[in-house]
Amino acid sequence: MSHILKRPDFDVIAGWMKAGDSVLDLGCGAGELLRLLSERGLRGWGIERDPGHVLAAVENGVNVIQSNLEAGLAGFEDYAFDHVVLSRTLQTVRHTQQILAEMLRVGREAVISFPNFAYWKNRMAVLNGRMPVSDDLPYQWYDTPNVRFFTMLDFEGLCDEMGIVVRERMVLDERGNTVTEEHNFLGSLAVYRIGRDA
Amino acid sequence: MSEHGSIGPVEAQRLVCTEPITLAAGITLQSWELAYETYGTLNAARSNAVLICHALSGHHHVAGYYPDDPKNVGWWDNLIGPGKPLDTDRFFVVGVNNLGGCHGSTGPSSINSATGEPWGADFPVVTVSDWVRAQAKLADELGIAAWAAVVGGSLGGMQALQWTIDQPDRIRHALVIAAAPRLTAENIAFNDVARQAIITDPEFHGGNFYRHNVRPTRGLRLARMLGHITYLSDDQMAEKFGRKRRPSAGSYGFGVEFEIESYLRYQGDKFAGWFDANTYLLMTKALDYFDPAEACAGDLAAALAGARAKFLVVAFTTDWRFSPARSREIVNALVKNKHDVSYIEITSPHGHDAFLMDDHYYHAVVAAYMQNIAT
Repeated sequence: MSHILKRPDFDVIAGWMKAGDSVLDLGCGAGELLRLLSERGLRGWGIERDPGHVLAAVENGVNVIQSNLEAGLAGFEDYAFDHVVLSRTLQTVRHTQQILAEMLRVGREAVISFPNFAYWKNRMAVLNGRMPVSDDLPYQWYDTPNVRFFTMLDFEGLCDEMGIVVRERMVLDERGNTVTEEHNFLGSLAVYRIGRDA
Repeated sequence: MSEHGSIGPVEAQRLVCTEPITLAAGITLQSWELAYETYGTLNAARSNAVLICHALSGHHHVAGYYPDDPKNVGWWDNLIGPGKPLDTDRFFVVGVNNLGGCHGSTGPSSINSATGEPWGADFPVVTVSDWVRAQAKLADELGIAAWAAVVGGSLGGMQALQWTIDQPDRIRHALVIAAAPRLTAENIAFNDVARQAIITDPEFHGGNFYRHNVRPTRGLRLARMLGHITYLSDDQMAEKFGRKRRPSAGSYGFGVEFEIESYLRYQGDKFAGWFDANTYLLMTKALDYFDPAEACAGDLAAALAGARAKFLVVAFTTDWRFSPARSREIVNALVKNKHDVSYIEITSPHGHDAFLMDDHYYHAVVAAYMQNIAT
């Protein structure tokens, strides 16, 4: 199965949006998702801190705003965007609740993808005495940008606590194929569409 | 980027306009002139023209050099030329000296045909919108229906922004660099101290110093020294000068003792030797008046609602005259309107003057942005 730019979560994310929608992509990297969405008729802006990524995003012809993620949303109005995306980044953000609240302030809904630490291979790695390393968790413990380690159940628990509603959920295995059962065990990457109401 | 060459020898040109222009101040110039330069070639579709707007002390000599004065290199030559970020192999680049300037365009030191004497104090205060209208006239003369881009730093960036509001169909991209949507009280305060230094110089003669064959160099020098402090950063000054003293300096007196004093006095003297005091007053006043949101009850997003250009907004971390937060105000207003905008915040020690410096990341971003502009 081939996926857009080898990012199967992009397929899912793009599938949840329609032409004409506005999108804010937090931690947009070189702007691959924004480029894809713009080709599909969406209007997008990205927030990115790393100068190399920002330059690549400008080269890609997408709108990129160079800013620290955790401070970058303050200037935007309530419900400024139809969607706010945070792909494979939530685990790197220190103030988790704050960013979730901000995403759902500036966006009508938020789309979040993250590596599921409870994926069975990750569990095996820990059982065998080592921190997990995989396509979805491609770092060693000493060089990882990840600061928060959580599972799908953990995330859903936090959403509950914050009054956030899960509108849709897609779970992928390491090869990008859809997981249909035992999600928190068989899912390597989780993609959520969340909002303040159903 | 392959070649990083100079555009080479260039020549100033002159637009003589006999169509009157009525300025925001209510005064009409019956005929007026703009000094300008062009680099590169206007393509057949006339779609590759880029206007460079200058800041407070700038002018039309933006790139290249004059054959009879090879050391007189354009003020943004590090950015503009063949193979440079603003590539003259692709773009037809136009530099212009604004109305009120002192480099060949009609200004206070020009002769007022009504009196046969220099305009002096009678030259009207000009605004950024006035400049945009005059620049649009130049575009007409050059056969440019719409600029591929208007580019400017500081007060020049404000002109680029004003273009998107006043002439939305004649600008496709705006590069707004080290600018602000309006001056703060602190900014205006600095400008007024500079103006007071000039106006209170006994040789200013109410702006009509020309007829006395003198120049208010003391005031102009102080104005420039003050301005210069605000264009640098504290860090950079500390690193470059610190508390270093001149080897020959005495002590317990008021002569030149610290290196920073020597530097500032040198900069002040250099500037006062050639710049027109009335032009300095006009330029600072244009800065103070610039506030496109004013017509929309302070709502910048409303002011930019009709803009159709795409934007690149650039700010520098140590710029405290027009800080990154001020550029973010522009960005937020643009995003609110769902306009296309990229914002780059460049880590630089050089304060406000960083926009003139050759910084690898800064120039790479400008090059990448320009590369994506269709011609």
